[in-house]
Amino acid sequence: MSLTKDRLVSPVLLAIACFSIAALFVIGLFIFVEGLPIMVKVGVWKFIGSTDWSPLEGKFGILAMIAGSLAVAAGTLVVAVPFGVGCAIYLSEFASKRAVTLIKPAVELLFAIPSVVYGFVGVLFIVPFVREHLGGAGHGFCILTASFVLGIRVLPVIVGISVDALQAVPKVYRDGSLALGATKWQTTTMVTLKAARSGILAGVILGMANVIGETMAVIMVIGNAVVMPNSPLDSVRTLTSNIALEMGYAEGDHRRALFATGVVLFIITMILNTLTRYVTGSRVRKKK
Amino acid sequence: MRRLNPKKAELIAKGVLLLFAGTAVLALVAIVGYVVVKGIGVINLEFLFGRPRSMGREGGILPFIISSIYLTAISLLVSIPLGLGSAIYLTEYTTEGWVTKAIRFGVDCLAGVPSIVLGLFGFMFFVKLLNFSWSILSGSLTVSLMILPFIIRSSEEAIRAVPQSYREVAFATGGTKWQCVTRVVLPCALPGIMTGIVLAIGKCVGETASVIFTAGTSLRIPGSIFDSGRTLAIHFYLLVRETGASDMAYGSAATLLISILIVNFFAYWLMRRFIARVS
Repeated sequence: MSLTKDRLVSPVLLAIACFSIAALFVIGLFIFVEGLPIMVKVGVWKFIGSTDWSPLEGKFGILAMIAGSLAVAAGTLVVAVPFGVGCAIYLSEFASKRAVTLIKPAVELLFAIPSVVYGFVGVLFIVPFVREHLGGAGHGFCILTASFVLGIRVLPVIVGISVDALQAVPKVYRDGSLALGATKWQTTTMVTLKAARSGILAGVILGMANVIGETMAVIMVIGNAVVMPNSPLDSVRTLTSNIALEMGYAEGDHRRALFATGVVLFIITMILNTLTRYVTGSRVRKKK
Repeated sequence: MRRLNPKKAELIAKGVLLLFAGTAVLALVAIVGYVVVKGIGVINLEFLFGRPRSMGREGGILPFIISSIYLTAISLLVSIPLGLGSAIYLTEYTTEGWVTKAIRFGVDCLAGVPSIVLGLFGFMFFVKLLNFSWSILSGSLTVSLMILPFIIRSSEEAIRAVPQSYREVAFATGGTKWQCVTRVVLPCALPGIMTGIVLAIGKCVGETASVIFTAGTSLRIPGSIFDSGRTLAIHFYLLVRETGASDMAYGSAATLLISILIVNFFAYWLMRRFIARVS
């Protein structure tokens, strides 16, 4: 291969590398073009500030869905953060090599299970459990159930990034603390966790973005009633399940309103993604 | 208040953390174990290679398996060249600067787009605007956008793990940059890159939200990429919605899970080989 040809490689690869940005731009463009007009027609504040969603009567307000998504995200974080960070601390600080080779692939495999299967297992086990033992207006199809199902679902995201963050803490920090006579647990809570907190926070935010974008697992266990969440045992509808449920038959303004729901979803996840970057300063990269 | 003895505190903490980690493993074993045990009895040759009857509530799942394979293959065909090209550019052809920062930000954001939003986009762009209709092609292109960031990241990491001295040797023998990349770096990074690709296969197979509005739900075997097809994951979702936990649903779920497990174990095997090679 000649040197002239070799010079052509770089610009070609640059063009390929820019494809992701271009794709992101086009995706955003199409969702906005299709969704924004109806938002403006209804009134942006009315669209995101009203709880009246009666698409067949031309009433489009998605506040209940926004609140539903946020409630599910909050509930999931309550379940997944202590659990995920705990797993990460164990894997990074306490576990023997053999335990790591057993637990880490298992946690990663949790991410490979399709979200429909999570929904299915949730319907089979967690829904009846919540219905029988806790009751509530949702008959088991509720925020609490969704939080548990999604808590397991996002566990690998939080564990993966937290382990990376913990491992990126220089060993000398730990050595310094241990040399002062601190126990391993004291070192972890007072030194390592503090040094790794921005990375862990990034993992939590990314996990939250994942939860808000999750569709199939949540649609099967949340009940999908369009009401403002009042208790963890209420059935609600999330932004994602609103789109997935009604897209099949929606026409005209109704379909456009679903795209507008997509716009809100797109904006929320972009904000969370930008926040992740802001928190870490740069992308969390695995320690070599 | 009497303070807890630090040694005792450590012991309690260790126990609690082990409990957390154990629960995670248990959750995996419980989910996979339950679905596979309930479904394995349904799986036989007639189930795997038969045609569906009465809207897929009875009979076999062959069309859905074929649709899934079709969709996965075309998604990979689109996203591997793009992903690998991006990864090579980011690692070999540039230095860190605002361009790489912008590209990485774009990749991260693309990874963050919820799959249902990708589905909306795919519906508007591929199904309606480009007039591909509900087809394997529309579904594949939508899914390829979903797995692209994943392939870029994993390839980038694999390429970065190739020791610098390998490249120096290639240059010292008079190779051009492209020769160095194609003949030294990529072959060495291949198992690592393959691991990412294999994991992406698992994601394609299990994807539902973005496929349901782009690939359609036809029960027939897709004759070409312009035909609509129902993937196994979508079939499972529709079955559960219509019939609840039927034998067919368990069988489909078990087939889905077993194929994903096989794919993942293959990925781990590849990863092991890769780690042994670069270290």
